[in-house]
Amino acid sequence: MLFTKFLYHFGRYVMLMRSAFSRPERFNMYYKETLRQMNDIGIGSLVIVGLIAIFIGAVTAVQFSFQLDGTLVPRYYIGYIIRDSTIIELAPTITCLVLAGKVGSNIAAEIGGMRQKEHIDAMEIMGVNTSAYLVMPKVIASLFVIPMLVAIAAFVSVVGGYLASVPTGLLSSSEYVLGVRSFFNDRNLTLMFVKAVVFAYLLTSVSAYQGYYVRGGSIELGRASTNAVVFSDILILLFDYLIAVVFT
Amino acid sequence: MIHTENLFKSFDSNQVLKGITVEFQKGKTNLIIGRSGSGKTVLMKLLVGLLQPTAGKVWYDNTDFFSIGKRELRELRMKVGMLFQGSALFDSMSVEANVRFPLDMFTHMTAKEKLDRVNYCLDRVSLNGVNSKYPSETSGGMQKRVGIARAIVLEPEYLFCDEPNSGLDPKTAIVIDELIRSITLENNITTIINTHDMNSVMEIGENIVLLHQGAIAWNGSKSEVLTSDNEILQDFIFASPFLQRLRKAAIDSGHLE
Ligand SMILES: Nc1ncnc2c1ncn2[C@@H]1O[C@H](COP(=O)(O)OP(=O)(O)O)[C@@H](O)[C@H]1O
Ligand SMILES: [Mg+2]
Repeated sequence: MLFTKFLYHFGRYVMLMRSAFSRPERFNMYYKETLRQMNDIGIGSLVIVGLIAIFIGAVTAVQFSFQLDGTLVPRYYIGYIIRDSTIIELAPTITCLVLAGKVGSNIAAEIGGMRQKEHIDAMEIMGVNTSAYLVMPKVIASLFVIPMLVAIAAFVSVVGGYLASVPTGLLSSSEYVLGVRSFFNDRNLTLMFVKAVVFAYLLTSVSAYQGYYVRGGSIELGRASTNAVVFSDILILLFDYLIAVVFT
Repeated sequence: MIHTENLFKSFDSNQVLKGITVEFQKGKTNLIIGRSGSGKTVLMKLLVGLLQPTAGKVWYDNTDFFSIGKRELRELRMKVGMLFQGSALFDSMSVEANVRFPLDMFTHMTAKEKLDRVNYCLDRVSLNGVNSKYPSETSGGMQKRVGIARAIVLEPEYLFCDEPNSGLDPKTAIVIDELIRSITLENNITTIINTHDMNSVMEIGENIVLLHQGAIAWNGSKSEVLTSDNEILQDFIFASPFLQRLRKAAIDSGHLE
């Protein structure tokens, strides 16, 4: 029962994605819509992503300096730990979990509202490929913008770690900088961007799917919006694990 | 011309349409009438392909609508205009942007040409100077007119109107009806209108199809409505006792013969 339901949704999702990635009727309209989405998703999420990233870095710094207290591990390792844990895991995963809540629910509500108000039907009657026009610009915009947000989040986290550890005397500025510059492996950056791209695709396409097939009224719209977040989150965590397995 | 062949539509166990075979003529205002819930909207959505029939066929001239591919469907759809029951205007766009949307999407016109075409269509529905307003800032009657302007902006060959005058006062309703009729005549298009408004029936009912319990109960023109002795039709048109007495008086005094 649950399995057939899964197959039904999965099949419909794949079909939506297939028709979403077809040739635009008018390139210019899709281009404009993509820019609008980049602005909404990117600029619109900067503050929240930055805020969360600062605290991730700060908490990691405080936590690890406590853990390492009284051990033989050198203090400057804190900078190194913050850098790698944010790049590998915290920046892409937490940023995208947050964006699933912010961007995903927004996409589901926007498309779902258009479905319910018959805007999608009206466009279909005009001859518009609505799955393409409503889904593709959002997916492409987030594939560009979310990795940038993740990169910003990683950087801001490292700054957050600095702010939480240097002024408070946990370690000196030069120790922190030394840590951040030690044992750098650019594979980790690749891993971060792979994660960001995969999570960005998951959260936008799953949310668009939830909105595109919404029925009923405001309760169903609310539910679609919630489902968008919940399913995006689950898939992000699942793929986080799968990517970790593949890359190690 | 559009015609259907034995259309059936069910939702689960609810059989809404039970074998509709009907012809909608070019250059005429074709009316689908019937009580609320009789399946008018479902029939219209089948005609434009927003719903799939359980069985049966829809023909656009010589094209079997449900057998064509996606690309051909989109090309055919560009010749179709539709006014939705709730107008379905894009509420985050101005009136002008709403009407321009199909032009932006499908034509290579310059900005100036688009604006001229938009203004022509808005003028055609007697809406001037509202270009920058948003749908929520306009009245129901204006929204319907914007909907009509948007539906005709690409010069459709087929025009569908779902309850174009529901929720409007009788005077405005008649203006909208007349507008749809003159557009139909002017451009020689096939227009199909859902309505349960008896004023529309008597004013623009050139070809009327009465839906009742999922089947066609009557088919004729407005001039045949009064004299028809089809009970379902009379029950629908002359719904109130007042109108029934009026009709009887008219017949008794020989005004209908
Ligand atoms: N999407 C749908 N799912 C299930 N039932 C529907 C759907 N659309 C319409 N119906 C049913 O079809 C019947 C006819 O509805 P409709 O065509 O909207 O009537 P109207 O003549 O007032 O336009 C109603 O009984 C309605 O419950
Ligand atoms: Mg209806």
